[in-house]
Amino acid sequence: MSDANPTGGFIPRDRNWQPDALTPPYKTSIKRSPQAALLSFPTSLSEETSPVFGHAMLGDLDNDLIHNFAQSGQSAIGPRLIVHGRVMDETGRGVPGALIEVWQANAGGRYRHKKESYLAPLDPNFGGCGRMITDAEGFYEFRTIQPGPYPWPNGMNDWRPAHIHFSIFGHGFAQRLITQMYFEGDPHIPLCPIVGALKSQEAVDALTAPLDMKRTVPMDSRAYKFDIVLRGRRQTYFENRVEGM
Amino acid sequence: MVQKLETLRESPSQTAGPYVHIGCTPNFTGIALYGGDLGSAMKTGPVQGTEITIKGTVYDGTGTALRDAMVEIWQADAAGLFASANEVRGQADPNFTGWGRSPGDMETGEFTFDTVKPGQVPWPDGRMQAPHITAWVVARGINIGLHTRIYFADETSANATDPILTRIEHQNRIPTLLAQPEGAGTYRFDIHLQGPKETIFFDI
Ligand SMILES: [Fe+2]
Repeated sequence: MSDANPTGGFIPRDRNWQPDALTPPYKTSIKRSPQAALLSFPTSLSEETSPVFGHAMLGDLDNDLIHNFAQSGQSAIGPRLIVHGRVMDETGRGVPGALIEVWQANAGGRYRHKKESYLAPLDPNFGGCGRMITDAEGFYEFRTIQPGPYPWPNGMNDWRPAHIHFSIFGHGFAQRLITQMYFEGDPHIPLCPIVGALKSQEAVDALTAPLDMKRTVPMDSRAYKFDIVLRGRRQTYFENRVEGM
Repeated sequence: MVQKLETLRESPSQTAGPYVHIGCTPNFTGIALYGGDLGSAMKTGPVQGTEITIKGTVYDGTGTALRDAMVEIWQADAAGLFASANEVRGQADPNFTGWGRSPGDMETGEFTFDTVKPGQVPWPDGRMQAPHITAWVVARGINIGLHTRIYFADETSANATDPILTRIEHQNRIPTLLAQPEGAGTYRFDIHLQGPKETIFFDI
């Protein structure tokens, strides 16, 4: 056991901080939320291990949503953005080798999906997904266009704030997380029933990316910073564990 | 006042939404990228152990099948070893990833995993757990991914001493964690998000 690589179990998820399963203003949660109490157990090897994704599997354009689906010589329509940040665990350590998958609507707020019926047009040069793996310190970045807000069937007039969906793998399956990134200053944020599943303004702020002028590329792309925190592992020399585990 | 605890808070979860397949299985949705969808094949060559197929459907509280869910599984190989950087007990089967991801069938929502029967893995105190697979479900309407475990109905004796199964208060709910043999190496593991057959979900 070394300080650089703690091997204690994962710190329990804070259920007073994470959203509840049942949040009635988000109507779909009503019939999709478990009603029995979750069964609480400490993590074991089954959750403290996780698949490994190597940088070798990535293509050059995987983290460039402006070009990864575009015809040769063309690019996606919309305000050009760089989104960057760091994946850390709760103890503040960077998480290297974390697979991040992102997906989003196009600049008009339309997804490339056969069940999507919003009248905004598809962009023939925009697929809407990308992926990357964090570097040795946990940093990542990708290039995309600003997604548009879009209407969705919930209340009679609900609109999602502009957002990018994130799926993240850490080093243990217990860390598996899907979340969404919002954009600083979006007036739809406080109106959205999905955002409303979050329990505090602090939690909303944790998912709201600030404009980052220092990473903005002049005459090219604006930048937003979005840090992600995964569950951490306990650090202790006093854990009651069998040798070699 | 006391000293401050210098820990960060886990990023809050948000629903995967209706289009999780675009991000995680784009080829399934017709977006040809990456040379294929991650997690679509758990076997990359001849594998050790017993090859099995697990099929199931995720149902909501009305009994309606979800067609916008994504199910991931993570498991040990036939010898009980994980293909993970955190595996220190030995070398897992090099032809088995241990990780699968299924978007479900486009029409029915039924998920399928072609995998191997996992070996036994120890609990932190050294006792052996019954063979099991960790499963994780996300979908529109699910605010935070749901963890559960797939055990096997035909592992009667191992199940009877499993550290988790034996500690469950409502023993009549244990069948919700058991994949049922359907013959020819196939098991069924339906997931009920709510209702009388609600699957046991874990805070783990
Ligand atoms: Fe979305």
